[in-house]
Parts: sequence; C-alpha cells; structure tokens
Amino acid sequence: MDYTSWAYGLLGGLMIGTAAAIFLLVNGRIMGASGIAGGLIDGSGRSTWVERVLFIVGLVGAPALLGLVYKLPATNATSNIGLLVVAGLLVGVGTRLGSGCTSGHGVCGISRLSVRSILATFVYIGAGAAIIVIARGLGVLS
Amino acid sequence: MKNLVTLFCGALFGLGLVVSGMTDTLKVQGFLDFFGVWDATLVFVMGGAIIPMFIAWRIAALREKSVLGGLIPLTPKTELDRPLIIGAILFGAGWGLSGFCPGPAFASSSFGGVGSLTFLAAMLAGMVIAPPIIRAAKAAP
Repeated sequence: MDYTSWAYGLLGGLMIGTAAAIFLLVNGRIMGASGIAGGLIDGSGRSTWVERVLFIVGLVGAPALLGLVYKLPATNATSNIGLLVVAGLLVGVGTRLGSGCTSGHGVCGISRLSVRSILATFVYIGAGAAIIVIARGLGVLS
Repeated sequence: MKNLVTLFCGALFGLGLVVSGMTDTLKVQGFLDFFGVWDATLVFVMGGAIIPMFIAWRIAALREKSVLGGLIPLTPKTELDRPLIIGAILFGAGWGLSGFCPGPAFASSSFGGVGSLTFLAAMLAGMVIAPPIIRAAKAAP
C-alpha cells in the first residue's frame, strides 16, 4: 500500500478540481485540456484563442518554474520513440473525436453527472487496460 | 482579470498534475494495469478533483452567469453516439501505450525530456489531422 502516493494523489487532485471549479464559476469555462488545445489547432476556438494560449502558458509554465527550484519527479516515459508517436497520434485524434480527455470527461463531465462523460471514461479506461494486456503480449510493453 | 484567472487556473492545474504524480507515466499505466501490480493513485487524483467540481456544478446550477459575466455552459449533450465511443477507444489506447494524456503531456513538457516532447508533438499532430476523421465518423451510416 503506497499511502504517500495516494495522499499526494488526493492533494494534487484537489488542486486540479479547484482549478476547474474556479475556471467554471469565475470565467464560465470548462477546463478540458484536449478541448482547450484542440480548439487552437483546428481553428474552432479562434474567438477564444487568447484564453486558450494563456491557459497552456500557465499549464506548461508553472511546473517549469517549480522545476527551477525543485527536482520534479521523472516521467518514466518509454524510450521507444515510435511507440510515443503512435500513442500521441491516437490521443490527439481520439480526444477530438470523443470530445474530451481525462480532465474534460473524467473531471468536469463526471462531476456534473454527464452520461456521455461517464460512458467515455469507462470506455477509455477499459481501452487503456486492454491495450496494456495486448501490448505486453506482443512484447511492446514490459 | 479574466486572463489572469485563466493563467492561474492553468498554473494550478499544471502544479496539481505534478503533485498528484500524474506526470509519472508508470503511475498512470500502473492504474490501467488491472491484471498486474495495480496502482490506485489515479483513483485518489480523480476523486480529489471531482469533489470541488461537483460542488462547483451545484453552485453553477443556481446562477446563470459566472462571476466575470460569461455564461455558465449549457446542459451537456446526452446523445451516446459513435464518435464518442470510437474517440474514447482511440484515446484510451494511446493513453495506455504511453501513460500520457493531454494535461500531463503539457505539464511535463519542460522537464520530461524527449519523451514528453515527442508525445506532445504527435498528439498535436493528431489534433491537426482529426477534423476530416471526425467528419467521416459522423457521416458513416
């Protein structure tokens, strides 16, 4: 049982949820990472581009600043570049097609009891669990 | 003011992702690995994040406008359509293979080295090519 990991998880989760709550109640916006970035990329969010850019600046910049004074935990990502490219493409296309990711569907959607978001979350967790079994069987993941 | 709040929310989201351990791909893959050594951290992260948002939606339901005047987003769509399901399957597959989802990919871009940047670039490329795929998925019988 990794209680420290769970405690940090809960604390970080409360920070994420508080950010989403402020974004909703103060600005009237939904905090979904893929939606915010995707709207910039395909032009669908042209009228709100300043907000999207600023959100991403904060999202990238705050950990970067923290990293100057504190050694941040490793991402432990695979060194298999091809795997990262395939995974990135799947996440990019999938989140746009499915209208959301872990923050949009998982946090903002589930908390408003959206049926679409609850279903999407079950499906992407199920798909993630299945692909790990498959990839391990094929020797792609250890 | 609105811009400052946006910057703050992005920053708090990014710090929360780092603190929670969700920029560690092994923790994420550990959660998805139900048949291995299961890591429950993500459950605590999601639970912790849903609590303030659940309260926020209750408050939002009582008012038409946000503090700075923007309309509170309308009630969600309820249609369970094919793009939602196919999109979630593709997203979940990429998430499981890498341990990255969009928020942590951005949050770790300054310290995650080649791995984070490669994933992020591929994810953004995926978002570039998504529109015609979405049109095809919606048009298919």
